Amino acid sequence: MLARTADSLFWFARYMERADFVARIVHTTRRLASLPSGEGSVANEWEAALSAAGALEAYQEAHEEVEANAAIEFLLFDTRNTSSIVSCIESGRINARAVRTALTIETWQTINEGWQEMKKVQAKHQARSLGTEELVAFLDMAMKIALDVDGSAYRTMLRNDAYWFSRLGLYVERADNTARILDVKYNILLPESESVGGSLDYFQWNAILRAVSAVTSYHWIYRDGVKPWLIADLLILRPEMPRSLLACYGEIVRFLDAISSAYGRQGVAQRRARQILGRLENTTMKDVFGAGLHEFLTDFIEDNNSIGGAIAEQYLLD
Amino acid sequence: MTQPAFFDEMTASGGDVRGVYARISRWLNASPPELLAARREQAELMFRRIGITFAVYGDKEATERLIPFDIIPRVLSRTEWNRLEKGLVQRVKALNAFLADLYGKGEILKAGVVPSDIIYRNPAFRPEMAGRPVPHNIYVHIAGIDIVRVDDHDFYVLEDNARTPSGVSYMLENREVMMRLLPDLFASCGVAPVENYPEHLRASLRSVAPLRAGGDPTIVVLTPGQFNSAYYEHSFLADKLGVELVEGRDLMVRDGFVYMRTTQGPKRVDVIYRRLDDDFLDPLAFRPDSALGVPGLMSAYQAGNVTLANAVGTGVADDKAVYTYMPEIIRFYTGEEPLLKNVPTWRCREPDALKYVLEHLPDLVVKEVNGSGGYGMLVGPHATRAEIETFGKKLAADPANFIAQPTLSLSTCPTSFSGGVGPRHVDLRPFVLSGADGVRVVPGGLTRVALKEGSLVVNSSQGGGTKDTWVVDDPQLA
Repeated sequence: MLARTADSLFWFARYMERADFVARIVHTTRRLASLPSGEGSVANEWEAALSAAGALEAYQEAHEEVEANAAIEFLLFDTRNTSSIVSCIESGRINARAVRTALTIETWQTINEGWQEMKKVQAKHQARSLGTEELVAFLDMAMKIALDVDGSAYRTMLRNDAYWFSRLGLYVERADNTARILDVKYNILLPESESVGGSLDYFQWNAILRAVSAVTSYHWIYRDGVKPWLIADLLILRPEMPRSLLACYGEIVRFLDAISSAYGRQGVAQRRARQILGRLENTTMKDVFGAGLHEFLTDFIEDNNSIGGAIAEQYLLD
Repeated sequence: MTQPAFFDEMTASGGDVRGVYARISRWLNASPPELLAARREQAELMFRRIGITFAVYGDKEATERLIPFDIIPRVLSRTEWNRLEKGLVQRVKALNAFLADLYGKGEILKAGVVPSDIIYRNPAFRPEMAGRPVPHNIYVHIAGIDIVRVDDHDFYVLEDNARTPSGVSYMLENREVMMRLLPDLFASCGVAPVENYPEHLRASLRSVAPLRAGGDPTIVVLTPGQFNSAYYEHSFLADKLGVELVEGRDLMVRDGFVYMRTTQGPKRVDVIYRRLDDDFLDPLAFRPDSALGVPGLMSAYQAGNVTLANAVGTGVADDKAVYTYMPEIIRFYTGEEPLLKNVPTWRCREPDALKYVLEHLPDLVVKEVNGSGGYGMLVGPHATRAEIETFGKKLAADPANFIAQPTLSLSTCPTSFSGGVGPRHVDLRPFVLSGADGVRVVPGGLTRVALKEGSLVVNSSQGGGTKDTWVVDDPQLA
C-alpha cells in the first residue's frame, strides 16, 4: 500500500483514540473538581488534566493562569490545541478522508457522521457558550464517536496492512495515554502535604480508574479497596486490562509481526517493540516502585515514542 | 420577444403523457407532496452519510456541499438511447482520430478542413506530443459529451469534454440511491443497468497499458488531493476500480519509469488515470510552480513507459472553436454524416459572424472558446442592458476568443422542490470509454438539472442539481 495511506491510517486511529482520552480526562477532572475541598479537590486538577493531555505547554502559551473554564475550552474546542477534541476529530477525519478507499464504507460513514455532529456542536458553541449539560453531552459524544469508529473498523475492515497500521496507531496512542495519566497522578496531583493513602489520594486514584473506565475491572480482578500499587499494577502489567502498557505492547508486537510476515521482511520497529514487551513481561510492581514510578513511566513514554518513530521510518516515509 | 415553448419530456407539448413517462406520471399522481418531501429528505441523508460532496470554489461557507439531487428520474426510451449511443461512438472515434492526426501527420489541416491557426495557436495544443504516438492511437479514453434535447426528435451536442470530464460518480451513486429510495418504481420500469461502468473503465485502461507492463499492469488514479472539488469522485473511482488513489507526491520517476512510494518500497506504475490538468502534471515540463504533479512524468510518458489517460494535449479537441468544426471532422475521418447535431454556432473570428453576433447579443449565448463550468459567458435573454454592453466590448476586443449560439430551448423534466413539482431544464452527460478493444457507453449518463425556475444553467458549480437517468424499454403500443 501507499506509504502515505499507511501514515494516514496510523494517524487516523491515533487521533480518534486521543479524542476519546481527552474526553475521559475532562470528565474525570470535572468530577474531581466538584468535590468539596479537603475531600479530593486540589487547586491544580486542571493543570494535571492539561498535562495528561499533553497540552499544558500550548495552554500556557495562550493563557496566563490555569483556570477551569479556560482549560475546558482549551481541551474541547480550541483549534490552537492540536489535541483538543475538536482538533482530534477534525484531524482524524482529514486523515480518513485522504484514504477513504482504504477504509470500509462503514468506518468512513461513522467518522464522517461523527464529524458532522461535532461540527454542529462546534457551531452552536461559537454562537453562545454551552451549558454544563451540553458540555457533558459533547464529551459523551466524542467517546461514542471513538468507540463507533473503533468498532466499525474491527467489524468490517479486511485483516491486511491497512487494518494493522490503523491498529498500531491506536495502541501506540493508548500506551502513551495510559502512561501519561499514571505519571500525572504521581507528579502533580498529590500536594506535598498530603499523605499517600489519605482521602484525597483515594479520590484521585479512583478518578484515574474512572478515566480509563476500569472501576469495575479493578474490583473484579483485585476484590480489594482502591490501592495505588494495585492500580499501577492494573494499568502497567495486567495483560487482561486492555489499556495496560503490557496489553498495548502485546497488540503492537502482534500487528508489527503481521506486517513483517506479510511483507516478508522485518526491521527496527519489530525488534524494538519485542524488547519493550519483553521488559514489561519481566517486570514486577516491586521493580517499578523500587526504581520509582515516575522514572519508570518517563522511560516508557520515551520508548513508546521511539516505536512511533521506528514505524514511521520503516513504513510511512517512503 | 415571445417566450419560447419548451419541450417537456414527460408531457411533450400537448399535455398528453409520453409513453416512456407513463409509470413516472402515475407514481407522481399517486404520491402526495409529503411523501415526495420525505423521500427528498431521505435521499439527502443518504448522500450526506456517504459523504458525496462537491466543493464550490470561492464559497467559503460550504467547502463541502452536496450537489442537490432530484428524486424524479429522467427517462429515455431504448430507441432514443440507441440513436444517441451510435452518435456518441461515432463522435468519440472521430475525436480520437482527429487528435492522432493533429499530433501526427496533420492531414486535416493540410486538407484545409480545419484552419491551422486555431490548432497551433491554441494553448491546449501540446507540441511535446507531436510525433509521439500513444498506445492504440487512443487519446481520449474517457469522454463526457454534453447533450441537450429540444423536441421529440432532436438532440444536440452542446460540448465535448475530452480532458478530465467529471460526474460519473454521481451517475453511479444516483442510481444506487434511487434503487434504495424507490425500489418498486425502479423495478416496474425495467431500467438498463449502469453499474458495470467501473468494469468497462478498468478494461479500457488495462487495454492501453505499455506493452512491457505485461498481462497485469498497475493502474492508479491520480488526484490533485482532497481539497479538489472532485476529490470524492476520484476516491470513489479508485475504490470501484480497486486501485490506489495517488497524489503527485506519492509518485516519483526513476530511470524513465514511474513508481509509487509504498510501505514496501517503490512499485512501478503502468497506467495513470489522471484527474489533473495537463498544466499541473509535471513541473519540469509544464507549470514550474505546480506542487501537484510529478517531476519527470512527461519524460517517462514520452519514452512510452507509462500511459496517461486521458493523453496529454486532448484539450485542443474540446475547445469551443474546434467544436464548430466537429461535423466536418466527423465526415473527414469516418466518411459518414454526423449522427448527432452540433448547435448552430457563429465563430466570432469570422467577420460576418462577428457582425451578426454583435447585432443580436440579446438573443444569443456567447461563450469564451476556452471557458468551462458556465463561467465567463453571456446569456443574452437573461442579461441586463449594461451586461450586454460590457460583454459586447469584450467581444469586439478579442473576437477570436468567442463563439455564439442561439439560446436553445432546452427540454424540461418534472422536478421536485419544496413547493411541489414543476418543469426544470435538463441536459445529459453520457460517458464514453475508448480502449484498444473498442468504444463503450453505459446506457444513460448524468442528467443535470437547472433547479431555478426558468434557468438554463445546469452546472453544479452554479447551483445545478442532478437526476438519475433511466433508459427503459420502449412503451408497448396499447
